[in-house]
Amino acid sequence: MNLNKVLKGLLVAVPVLTLAACSSNNETDAGDANANTNAPVQAVDQGMSDAEQLRQQLEALRQQNTIYFDFDKSAIRPEFASVLDAHAAFLRARTTVSVTVEGHTDARGTPEYNIALGERRAQSVQSYLENLGVAAGQMSVVSYGEEKPVDAGNTEDAFAKNRRAVLVY
Amino acid sequence: MIFKLIGKAAIVAMAIVSLKSHASLEIVITEGVDTARPVAIVPFTFVGQNQPTQNISQIVAADLMRSGKFNPVNVMRMPQQPQNSSQFNAAAWSKTGIEAVVMGTVKEVGLDRYTISYELVDVVKANGGVGQPMMTSSGRLVAGNNHILHSSEITIAGKLFRQYAHRMSDVIYEKLTGERGAFSTKIAYVLVRDKQEYRYQLVVADYDGENEQVLLRAKEPLMSPTWSPDGTKLAYVTFERKQSQIYIQDVYTARRSILTSFKGINSAPVWSPDGRKMAMTLSKDGNTEIYVMDIASKNLAKLTNHRAIDTEPNWSPDSQSIIFTSERGGNPQLYSVDINTKATTRVTFEGEMNLAGKFTPNGQAIVMVNRTNGQYNIARMDRTTRQMQVLTRTYLDESPSIAPNGSMIIYSTLHGSSQVLALVSMDGRFKARLPAANGRVKSPAWSPFL
Repeated sequence: MNLNKVLKGLLVAVPVLTLAACSSNNETDAGDANANTNAPVQAVDQGMSDAEQLRQQLEALRQQNTIYFDFDKSAIRPEFASVLDAHAAFLRARTTVSVTVEGHTDARGTPEYNIALGERRAQSVQSYLENLGVAAGQMSVVSYGEEKPVDAGNTEDAFAKNRRAVLVY
Repeated sequence: MIFKLIGKAAIVAMAIVSLKSHASLEIVITEGVDTARPVAIVPFTFVGQNQPTQNISQIVAADLMRSGKFNPVNVMRMPQQPQNSSQFNAAAWSKTGIEAVVMGTVKEVGLDRYTISYELVDVVKANGGVGQPMMTSSGRLVAGNNHILHSSEITIAGKLFRQYAHRMSDVIYEKLTGERGAFSTKIAYVLVRDKQEYRYQLVVADYDGENEQVLLRAKEPLMSPTWSPDGTKLAYVTFERKQSQIYIQDVYTARRSILTSFKGINSAPVWSPDGRKMAMTLSKDGNTEIYVMDIASKNLAKLTNHRAIDTEPNWSPDSQSIIFTSERGGNPQLYSVDINTKATTRVTFEGEMNLAGKFTPNGQAIVMVNRTNGQYNIARMDRTTRQMQVLTRTYLDESPSIAPNGSMIIYSTLHGSSQVLALVSMDGRFKARLPAANGRVKSPAWSPFL
């Protein structure tokens, strides 16, 4: 029963992410079997070495590895549930793989406060994944606060891009 | 584990000692010169063959102007250019509104040896004091010489001119204000150059941006430099091992050692006034809390215990309490915790947020980053009256650090699209900017008196 779940999760994880990467709409139902049938990755699943399969899974996961946050908040927004579900399914299936969750903030506030806020964000991703059954030992968190912006601009748009947690494999 | 880290750290440090940087910070005064007291720094007379490269009177004039308290007047406004007080024409100066005059000579006495002598004269006293008639019709000397506030003579090498000029400024400032000068101090800051491989640099420079020296270059962020009370060491945060760690580095030998490398955050170090302890923020138990570490024994005492973010500790000058930022009330505000009883009280109530609280050296006020209407500015709160004054109008201000004489605050702000350092006087009247020629500048830390 449990194994079955894990296997299903493993098959589902990659296709869902691939779809999400292609469309601007968020795919929220990770268990939807119909979503899998058109997935391009599944077709080449057969006969693929485990290493190759892992490589492809990681590549897909890296396409959708960023969770964005509201200003001065660390709560996971509902729209990121599907992304985190996919990562959780992968990590449950691949217990030897570990992930680092990086927490980041925008430039507002002080660097020292933002280090703490970034850690809060990374921790909230970590506990979300833990609640989905990912072993705590597979995850570590690091906060860079406001020190590593993806967008060095100082517009609301740039701030929004910088308020993030990133899953790094 | 720690042992291994120290070994590796030593290798990193060796690759990065004391390289000259070329990002000189040039101070641009933006506000407040008109409210400053007019003084005259008469160009010093040079006697000799080989002119020294540094111009003493120019350095002193620049120092006094940057203090925000003085406005050194242009040579055109000087009625005469005396070399010493015997040539000083009190009557002529009394009409100018200039309060004090510095005059002197530089005499070449040997190979790269110069004798500098100077005098500081109070113009009002030279005229017999306020409302008193002048004592001689010529306006020359009044009886006695209590109008000479200071006179000094020294023989030094040319390369020490800048350093000596700052010492002169310290003396002149103290004679005229009653407050110790802070011109012989340094600032530490982080310089970020996005296009370089070692993009983060820890830099120490004279307070005026001269004599920049790079103490450390790193590929990963550097944060929160802070001075030991004796001015010989810096503590700071690095990410060189892909997690935050607190290091201590000697400013003069560049030797460094790791202080903490706990799981989670190792952040916001700040020395106790006696230099024996370090307050810091750690999240080793899952939550950011304020700790105090005895540096010699590495024993830790936990000062806060709350599920909210607690960070940015700062010692009161009497070492009895620590103020810190906490969002336990819903958004970040300043709180104070008693070192002994651990009793905690809220300090700030005004504004949407208050962060990064720093006691002024006399303990009478707290300087902080205040957020009001979404704007982050430097503010000062009087601890007795609880009155809060926003001092700056710049954008996204952070990391305030106070000069050891309490006269000025240096902080990081956004100017145009780049992060620069800025200065504001404690009363908010004087404002200046120190833009780097190349790169973003942040996390300034003003040294103690050196």
